[in-house]
Amino acid sequence: MDWRERWRETWRGAWILAQREIVDTLRDWRIIAPIATLVLAFPFIANFAAMEGMKFVNKYGAELIMERLFPFLMLVVGFFPSTFSLVIALETFVGEKERRSLEPLLATPLTDLQLYLGKLIAATLPPVIASYVGMLFYMLLLGFSLGWWPSLPLLAVAFALATAQALVMVTVAVIISAQSTSVRAANLLASFIIIPMSFVLQWEASLLLFADFTALWMIALFLLVAALLFARIGLRMFNRERLLGRELDRLDFGAFLRAFLDGVKVRGSLRQLYTEEIPAIVRGMRRELRFTLLMMVGGGLLIAAWGAWRFPLPTSLLQMPDQPLTMEQLAQEAVHARLVPSFSVGAIFLHNVQALLVAALLSLFSLGIAAQLLLIAPVALIGYLALQVPRLGMNPLLFLVALVAPHGLFELPAVVLTTAQAMRLGLILLAPAEEGGGFVGLGRELGAFVKLFLAVVVPLLLVAALVETTVTPRLAVWLINGALAF
Amino acid sequence: MIILEELTKRFDDLTAVDHVSLEVGEGEVLALLGPNGAGKTTTVRMLSAILRPTAGRAIVAGYDTVRQPRQVRRHVGVLTEAPGLYLRMTGREYLTFFGRVRGLEGAGLRARIEALAEQFQMAPALDRRLGTYSKGMRQKIALMRTLIHEPPVLLLDEPTSAMDPGSARLVRDAIHRLRDGKRAIVICTHNLPEAEALADRIVIINQGRVLVKGTPEELKDRLLGAPPLRLTVGRTVDMTLLTLVGAFGQVLDYGRRWVRLRMDAGASRAALIRTLVKADWPVEGLAEEPRSLEALYLRVVEGTYTLKEAA
Repeated sequence: MDWRERWRETWRGAWILAQREIVDTLRDWRIIAPIATLVLAFPFIANFAAMEGMKFVNKYGAELIMERLFPFLMLVVGFFPSTFSLVIALETFVGEKERRSLEPLLATPLTDLQLYLGKLIAATLPPVIASYVGMLFYMLLLGFSLGWWPSLPLLAVAFALATAQALVMVTVAVIISAQSTSVRAANLLASFIIIPMSFVLQWEASLLLFADFTALWMIALFLLVAALLFARIGLRMFNRERLLGRELDRLDFGAFLRAFLDGVKVRGSLRQLYTEEIPAIVRGMRRELRFTLLMMVGGGLLIAAWGAWRFPLPTSLLQMPDQPLTMEQLAQEAVHARLVPSFSVGAIFLHNVQALLVAALLSLFSLGIAAQLLLIAPVALIGYLALQVPRLGMNPLLFLVALVAPHGLFELPAVVLTTAQAMRLGLILLAPAEEGGGFVGLGRELGAFVKLFLAVVVPLLLVAALVETTVTPRLAVWLINGALAF
Repeated sequence: MIILEELTKRFDDLTAVDHVSLEVGEGEVLALLGPNGAGKTTTVRMLSAILRPTAGRAIVAGYDTVRQPRQVRRHVGVLTEAPGLYLRMTGREYLTFFGRVRGLEGAGLRARIEALAEQFQMAPALDRRLGTYSKGMRQKIALMRTLIHEPPVLLLDEPTSAMDPGSARLVRDAIHRLRDGKRAIVICTHNLPEAEALADRIVIINQGRVLVKGTPEELKDRLLGAPPLRLTVGRTVDMTLLTLVGAFGQVLDYGRRWVRLRMDAGASRAALIRTLVKADWPVEGLAEEPRSLEALYLRVVEGTYTLKEAA
């Protein structure tokens, strides 16, 4: 059997299953009634809000603000029905398990891939179609009431975002559903996806205000990549044994604590800690490190390039000082620009520690996404500035070497290590207990996180803060004053 | 058709199935008996390639459950402990879905559904939603799902549970007919008369281990001894009669005109009757009393029969 036949056979089985589940969904009034209400009533409400908003801003001649909010309302109209994909997906495995209809299905010759694909399609298709219908309905209402029609690129990106959001929610929900033993437990765990998705929606909203479709396409692409990643994890984790094997979710706090202490514990001498234990932790997170570096370099630089292209700094801000700069002036400027809270070793160090710990904490509730986003932001900002300095006649490489490299040499490894470890923390709950994941796995990873943070990240951040307050400003003053001399 | 070799399944620190070895041939019905949690359902799940054994192996319809799980699932029909139906579907839609999943399509599938509906007297209910079915009807539709692809191996977990006597009879008859069709059938049940009526061989398991296996008669002979006899006479029983009977075996009990006894090994029933007739006792009957499977089961499961004894 060649790959085409194999694929055809896989698709056939998956589609038979998807058809059944879609019909089942369409017959469930508890799902259909709210979807229909959202699809039919919400566009009216959004349209009403748009019209009232338009009337209000008309008084002040600020129509532009409202016109920028129209597409946002369109995204919101599309987002709500697509969240039902989460509900349906949670029902797919654990709901069937609870109703005890899963076992007859598992006893059929359907492969794991067919079961997974079938349920993925069934959970995605109805809410996404409802999402499309809702957005089109809103568009028609807005078109006929206010004469506002979205451009084709806007329409395309809105549909792409609705699809990508639904796919991310479904792929994560299937992982949660396949791991849980009750619908209740699955619903509780589902908050792990709702939180990052609401971040994404806010992000999209802010970008819509700038009417920037390129960035929105990038988000859609990012979501699709994330969905593919989650689909891969889901498929790897999916198997009949896991679906039927466990009957009970256990939160063993004792085992969690033991795993945590085991993770934190230093087994030998200080030398062994740095030559054996820390390298072992770093080796264990190679995959996350690769992903973090890719996000940092790829994502950060892409956003920097896009920002520099779309929003170049106004010429008025790109002026060299008339007089040679002193260290004190530079420190004041840095604090004034809120690049650092105060120009002292302690303040910079505590600020960095705090930022990394918050990123790790948010990662726990966002599948590791929050830490990645918080890493991309400063990298994008530095890249953006580096791309602006040539307009001052300054070599961007020199800018990076003088203003970033001295303390970045210590700070960047610390940030990358923490982000990668934070990503592990975020993803560990999705991994099955048999493969070192789950609640006990979280304890172990938290232990490793603490050990790595205290043994490596904190010293690195301390050195970085020291360099940032002593070496970097001197180099910066030298660079700027040197440029002035030219 | 089904071979289990040292099949073992462990979940964390629990051994659900512990080195079980069995064989079930074509046209044979094997009843798997045991209390709740004995390991019956886990065994069935391993045989249907849903769970992987921790150790040992199982060959079903010629396929290894670990290396060829899809082939195994193609050749097996599994009736799960709970019917597990999709209650918003009609009976016809449900059977069509499982038929299509198993590769049946079109007229062939429709004909198969009609034939099963006829066999199980379900034709009038086929276009109703499953949610409106009674418990017995749900069990019947689940059994029809199990048989839709005419599998050579059937694994039936509590096939007649929740059924009224008429429906249960219908299902038992169907199982009899399926055996005639050269199928290998494994039934897990708590219904001992049903097991006795259907099974060629019985396996009693507890805590994942096989305690005894054999035909019902073999097991009864081995575990319950020779069947007790009931002697009926035409006059009131007295000590003379009990003394005469006692020479041939052990008197278990007696009433006004009857005596229950278990004959000694080698003692002849004909000799006993001759002796009594000679002593002028009007013998009206001497019949074996049935030995119940329940007595056998309780003896094995409740521990009066030990593994040491089995060995």
